[in-house]
Amino acid sequence: MPTPPSASPEPLPEHQPDGSTQLPSRVWVLRGVRAAVSIPALILAAAFVGYAGLARESGFTLGETLAMVGFVWALPSVVVLTGAITAGMGLVPAAIAVALASVRLMPMTMALMPVLRVEGKTRRWQLLAASHFVAVTAWVWAMRYLEEHPREARLPFFLGFGASLTIFVFCMTGAAYVLIDDMPLLPSAALFMLTPVYFLCSLWGAARISADKAAMAIGLVLGPLFHLYMPGLDLLWTGLVGGTLAYVGTRIARRGLR
Amino acid sequence: MSAADAWWWPYVMIVVAGWLATDIWRWLGVFASGKLREDSEVMIFVRSIATALVAGVIAKLILFPAGALQSAPVMLRIVAAACGFAAFFASRQKVVIGVAVGEVVLIGGWLLLGLG
Repeated sequence: MPTPPSASPEPLPEHQPDGSTQLPSRVWVLRGVRAAVSIPALILAAAFVGYAGLARESGFTLGETLAMVGFVWALPSVVVLTGAITAGMGLVPAAIAVALASVRLMPMTMALMPVLRVEGKTRRWQLLAASHFVAVTAWVWAMRYLEEHPREARLPFFLGFGASLTIFVFCMTGAAYVLIDDMPLLPSAALFMLTPVYFLCSLWGAARISADKAAMAIGLVLGPLFHLYMPGLDLLWTGLVGGTLAYVGTRIARRGLR
Repeated sequence: MSAADAWWWPYVMIVVAGWLATDIWRWLGVFASGKLREDSEVMIFVRSIATALVAGVIAKLILFPAGALQSAPVMLRIVAAACGFAAFFASRQKVVIGVAVGEVVLIGGWLLLGLG
């Protein structure tokens, strides 16, 4: 992954042995902003440009399109919401469909929060606010790079990254909606292909141990199977069954049957 | 005039069926993370579930896509994604190489097949 935020050539002098930091939070916010100037941000923005075309074709106004991007943020969930409204679903069925497609955000957030938190110092509302930025791009980045930094730096670093990534993608989506009248089929298809290929590579990049990798491989197979045989609850089952298989399997490999 | 025709109705849909339906999971994640330690066995399990879920989303985006990508045959989509992932490995895990190769295969295949 190009320009990882940790790639600064000089060692981090502010990293104290006790894990504290001398740098004020705003410095880490700005470093987060700088880290967001990255290839993943461009790929995500391009994927949202493709989404802007879909929203416009589906008859959404600019305001509605931007509201979906800002409020929902996770692209697959945005696409599900767009489909639900377009199909004329009622409020409750649409909410259920979107909620089922977004279950992944809970374990993702659970996995991230212990990395961000400073025990006894970080307030819960700060974590609740930061959690809105949890979506694949920021999550993968955070799981991969945050642990290299002092604990007190992680939350401001993540906030700077998440906020600037969101603002950038938000603006690009709006610009694409206004500027691109009628996107031809091929570029539009190419933009929709960005998300899965990008997720595929970066999810593997964020995998730290064999359990993560096994979970990814099993999830890729189970996702479509459950989609065909248990539509609606498919992602939930993919996570529970795939995650359990991966965890138990690799735990036995690690520690035997104990 | 029914509520469904009002200008503000889509925004109600977006806030309730979009914002609440997604952020509720993020908030639950914050509360459930409680005092979990990042290197605990529970955390490994939670991360496995999260990773499997995201992988499921990826597979669905490739096999059952929305919008214009539906016009590409399913085999072309799978081959393009597989080539991208292979290139990602061959390039010592450079995401941008993986994405670029996946796109080239999709566009090349599209043109070779003479799709619209």
